[in-house]
Amino acid sequence: MGVELTYRDAVAKAIVDEMNRDDSVYIMGEDIGRYQGTFRVTQGMFDDYGPKRVIDTPITEAGFTGIAIGSAMSGLRPIVEMMTMSFSILALDQILNHAAKVHYMTGGQASVPMVIRGPGGAAKQLSAQHSHSLEGWFAHCPGLKVVAPSTPECAYGLFKTSVRDDNPVIFTENPGLYTVKGELPDDDDFTVPIGKARIAREGTDMSLVCYSRMVHVCLEAAERLAEQGISAEVVDVRSLLPLDMETISASVAKTNRAVVVYEDWKFGGFGGEIASRIGEECFDDLDAPVLRVGGLNVPTPYSRVLELECIPSADSVLAAVERLS
Amino acid sequence: MAKAAKAPKELSETPEKLIDLYRQMVFIRFFEKKCNFAYRQGKIGGYMHTYIGMEATGVGFNEALRPGWDNVITAYRDHAQPLLMGSDPLKVMAETMGRVDGYSNGKGGSMHIYDFENRFFGGWGIVGGHIPIGTGVAFTAKYKKEDRVTVCYLGDGAANQGVVFESYNMAALWDLPIIYAIENNEFAMGTRLEYHASDTELYKRGIPFGIKSERIDGMDVLQVKEDAARIVEWVRENQKPYLVEIMNYRYEGHGAADNDRQLYRTKEEEEEAMLRDPIGRLARQMVDAGAATEADLEKIDDEEEERVEVIFEQADASPHPDPSEVYDHVYTDMTPEMGH
Repeated sequence: MGVELTYRDAVAKAIVDEMNRDDSVYIMGEDIGRYQGTFRVTQGMFDDYGPKRVIDTPITEAGFTGIAIGSAMSGLRPIVEMMTMSFSILALDQILNHAAKVHYMTGGQASVPMVIRGPGGAAKQLSAQHSHSLEGWFAHCPGLKVVAPSTPECAYGLFKTSVRDDNPVIFTENPGLYTVKGELPDDDDFTVPIGKARIAREGTDMSLVCYSRMVHVCLEAAERLAEQGISAEVVDVRSLLPLDMETISASVAKTNRAVVVYEDWKFGGFGGEIASRIGEECFDDLDAPVLRVGGLNVPTPYSRVLELECIPSADSVLAAVERLS
Repeated sequence: MAKAAKAPKELSETPEKLIDLYRQMVFIRFFEKKCNFAYRQGKIGGYMHTYIGMEATGVGFNEALRPGWDNVITAYRDHAQPLLMGSDPLKVMAETMGRVDGYSNGKGGSMHIYDFENRFFGGWGIVGGHIPIGTGVAFTAKYKKEDRVTVCYLGDGAANQGVVFESYNMAALWDLPIIYAIENNEFAMGTRLEYHASDTELYKRGIPFGIKSERIDGMDVLQVKEDAARIVEWVRENQKPYLVEIMNYRYEGHGAADNDRQLYRTKEEEEEAMLRDPIGRLARQMVDAGAATEADLEKIDDEEEERVEVIFEQADASPHPDPSEVYDHVYTDMTPEMGH
């Protein structure tokens, strides 16, 4: 039997395992070393690996992301922690305009093996500037890979794969997941491939297609639907780019109905891409329009009451399901 | 004796080296003139920026570097650096023309030349964006305990970008072996230095970060070579960053599409600047010192012009990429979603 870990500890274990495996792997970010990390993912690492490989940066996201890119182009494999993914907005030029373009602009001469990771999405009352779900924005950009695991097992396996990938990978960790517990396989070589969705719960009547923390929201919704005699399948997309349409389509072919659930703003969000692809590729299988459940189209408010109003819940999923029939 | 006193620098280089420096500068100038020609012909498209007038900076600095070991990175005025570092000029010219024989098989273009074999890290289009990346290349050298020096060129316009200051700070904080070489050609595109910099002495901006900083003359190749040798040696020895502001002048517009130079400078100013032409200056020094005759130099001019002509014709003979190549190199291991 494997060990039970929290999502936070699973990410930490993956970081440590990869640093032990490969000397060229290092991690940099704000307050990740001496301060042990704002969300404590890097706790203890500074003591074990020292300032050469666990690097406290100044609060200059664009600058240190660029340094990581340059180091990746010249032989290292950096892991960049964004204290929150909202701060990656300051580094967008470096990520979109530089990292994502290197392999192409150089005609394949160079690559950027780096991982940018951190909490993305609403935590608890961090309000408008610290609560963004940006994974869909990154998934819009060719040259990047984007993953959003929902369980400790997926986080551990996908993180190791991300570090070993020769392309820039955005690895988003919803802060609401850090305390989620799960079992890791008892296998040091365990990895999860990027670009493979998984069925989080089998069902026959509809597909709830989701990623990151919304997987847990959908699992709760599926449980409640089961009480009503409705069998919902939960498809955990895991990887936004590349997107595993094969698994999603197979699920819809079986259930004939789909609801896409994502925490990002509903309008123009990544769920729209998934919904559109289901519409294009599964039209003959569908018995109802593909619906989206997304975050409210407002800046995330501070008030807990208002904040909870913004984030999709099992109730919002059930409300959408009612519109399906 | 009088002549030697008038041009003391000649004595510091052998006649062979002087001819070599002259030849390198002339080659760059003819290469860039040919690029301008190709642009006017419509064979080079998009944005293209030539190094005409700035040759002494690149040639002099490159002399101080260890070929194949030290790193160079620059912005989009990027033809000269790889040519000086040993890159294949055919591949550089073909890339500017978007052909398959270019360094990036036509996917980069004039602004995005890369040659990693010779440790030329590009070739970047966002003003200031490559400064942290160059700093990261220096970071790797330190991480791997290799005594490579990284030269990161930037323009006076780029010197104002936020990431440049972020990079200065981290390079100094972490003792990175990098030289920030500001090529101050007095214009950020069409905006003169005094209209874009609160203090026009840009070298001073390294000082608050504890970075050794100075300003040098970039129109005198012998002086640049001497200063660069000293600076590169210092960085290799001390493993710390250095900031050097190199004063030069571009004779052409910002880019090949900039045909309105009189909006930001007068013809008289350009004529005055031509008197400081680094190629003419070295020619005079060499003739005065007896290192070469005017006929010798004319012969070199003809040879380099002819060499560039051959390069151009070879590059022009290279095919355009096949449309099917459009998906290559988006990723190392997969293709993106395909189709419109």
